[in-house]
Amino acid sequence: MNDIITALLMAFGASFMLLAAVGVLRLPDLFIRMHAATKSGTLGVSGMLLALAVHFDDLGVAIRAGLAIVFLFLTAPVAAHFIGRAAYIVGVPLWEGTVVDELRGRYDPDTAALQSIPDADDDDPNIPKYDSGI
Amino acid sequence: MNILSVTVNLVIMMLGAALVISCIRLFRGPTLPDRVVALDLIATLVVGLIAAYAIATNQSVFLIDAIVLTVISFLGTVAFAYYVGKGGLP
Repeated sequence: MNDIITALLMAFGASFMLLAAVGVLRLPDLFIRMHAATKSGTLGVSGMLLALAVHFDDLGVAIRAGLAIVFLFLTAPVAAHFIGRAAYIVGVPLWEGTVVDELRGRYDPDTAALQSIPDADDDDPNIPKYDSGI
Repeated sequence: MNILSVTVNLVIMMLGAALVISCIRLFRGPTLPDRVVALDLIATLVVGLIAAYAIATNQSVFLIDAIVLTVISFLGTVAFAYYVGKGGLP
């Protein structure tokens, strides 16, 4: 029974990781590729670590596997956010089929500071100015 | 020839194929952030491969390697992102 659950979880995780790799190769644009790499990659490796926890049937191993999963779920979005923000600031081109780019014109190209409204309301004290800190 | 050993071999083959595919993106990737994303995915795939290898060899100590590789890949990705944000495209 344990073997069957382990096999199923491993097959699940490995399928998602293969899908993540295919997505990173095939999708048209860095920001779309990050969806594949981050989301399905994290889900896949969580499946593999759960399979490991089920297979060994030991509390210490299960705690360590759970720790690794929690750490992955905490760090993968942070890392993806860092890469995406840096890539957008340095001007990585978007896919030509992109429909909406809500950040267009809101980053100061020199200081990389994010402004909430691009032109009109620069003097309005009610609209907060966001400083990115970089 | 039980179900677990068959699945482990299959999974290791799938992860090897995924590694090759993401290496193609690593070598091709038009800009530096593309390569950083591919490297991040490669580190994630290696964590999964370590988990599969731990199941295949029945040695739970390899889990420590997986945790350490997770931490190091996060730090490396953040460092590369900081470098990209500071330095601009190559």
